[in-house]
Amino acid sequence: MIIEINGERRELDRSRVLADAIRDWGYEGQPIAVAYNDEFVPRGRYAAIQLRDGDRLEIVAPMQGG
Amino acid sequence: MTTAPFWEIGGRQVRSRLLLGTARYPSLAVLQQAIRASGAEIVTVSLRRESAEGRAGRQFWTTIKELGVQVLPNTAGCKTVKEAVTTAEMAREVFETPWLKLEVIGDDYTLQPHPFLLVEAAEELCRRGFTVFPYTTEDLVLAERLVQAGCKILMPWGSPIGSGQGLNNPYALRTLRARYPEIPLIVDAGIGKPSHAIAAMEMGYDGVLVNTAVARATDPVSMGRAFGLAVEAGRLAYLAGAMPTQEMAEPSTPVTGTPFWHSSSPEPLK
Repeated sequence: MIIEINGERRELDRSRVLADAIRDWGYEGQPIAVAYNDEFVPRGRYAAIQLRDGDRLEIVAPMQGG
Repeated sequence: MTTAPFWEIGGRQVRSRLLLGTARYPSLAVLQQAIRASGAEIVTVSLRRESAEGRAGRQFWTTIKELGVQVLPNTAGCKTVKEAVTTAEMAREVFETPWLKLEVIGDDYTLQPHPFLLVEAAEELCRRGFTVFPYTTEDLVLAERLVQAGCKILMPWGSPIGSGQGLNNPYALRTLRARYPEIPLIVDAGIGKPSHAIAAMEMGYDGVLVNTAVARATDPVSMGRAFGLAVEAGRLAYLAGAMPTQEMAEPSTPVTGTPFWHSSSPEPLK
């Protein structure tokens, strides 16, 4: 299945929940926030979201801003 | 570090009336030194897409946390209410603060705020419990709509972001101050030099938000300090009460007892 992460398509070998995907991708321990199909997902709900083919994720972290 | 008295903004007590942006500095080290030198206690931050391999976000966030300053996350780049609200929610979780500098841009060339979408986004975010610092124009009626939406702070632009033009519409900024004596007003955007910051503070503005003017100075650390001093000087001047301007000269040196007084007119040209 294909998931879009930050505008880039990524192949996922099997379906999994968002929490596992974030860990597998190496985001664990990073100060990140996630939007799932354009909706904000609080950290506590990562385990409840089953990723499906065609889902879109925005994964953001702090940066400099004015 | 300033010894200025505390003032309240967004439910917090701070001394410095300078809010500093964190973007466009030559390095994180210079950024950190510039913030320290400026005395700013509130700094703006943002969010960006992070790749799994990327560690820039954590590095930046660690740098900011070391300073012990209050962060004001922005929604830079947002052009719709939906984007602004989602970005705000993500910022609240990452930065652990309800404070939000709300930007909804309506024009790419001037980065002018979109007045209608700004009000709509402000209403929604106030409803969701955010402390909204709206980046707005100097428009009085728009300001009123933002206040009705629940904003307790207003941040009118001085001139377009990053332009360094200073205060393009002093009349409208003075009018805002006069019409909202109780609402914290911060000039955000367009400040290019400490003299612009002083001008805003002399008008009675509660603070100024500066980024590029410090970050892109030849020496950002010294410029940070210059802005810290300027904001304090401007505030003091406002409280001290400036003299009224007059059309004609009025001698500052007392004329009584002036030698040769009235004995001669200016010498005619030969």
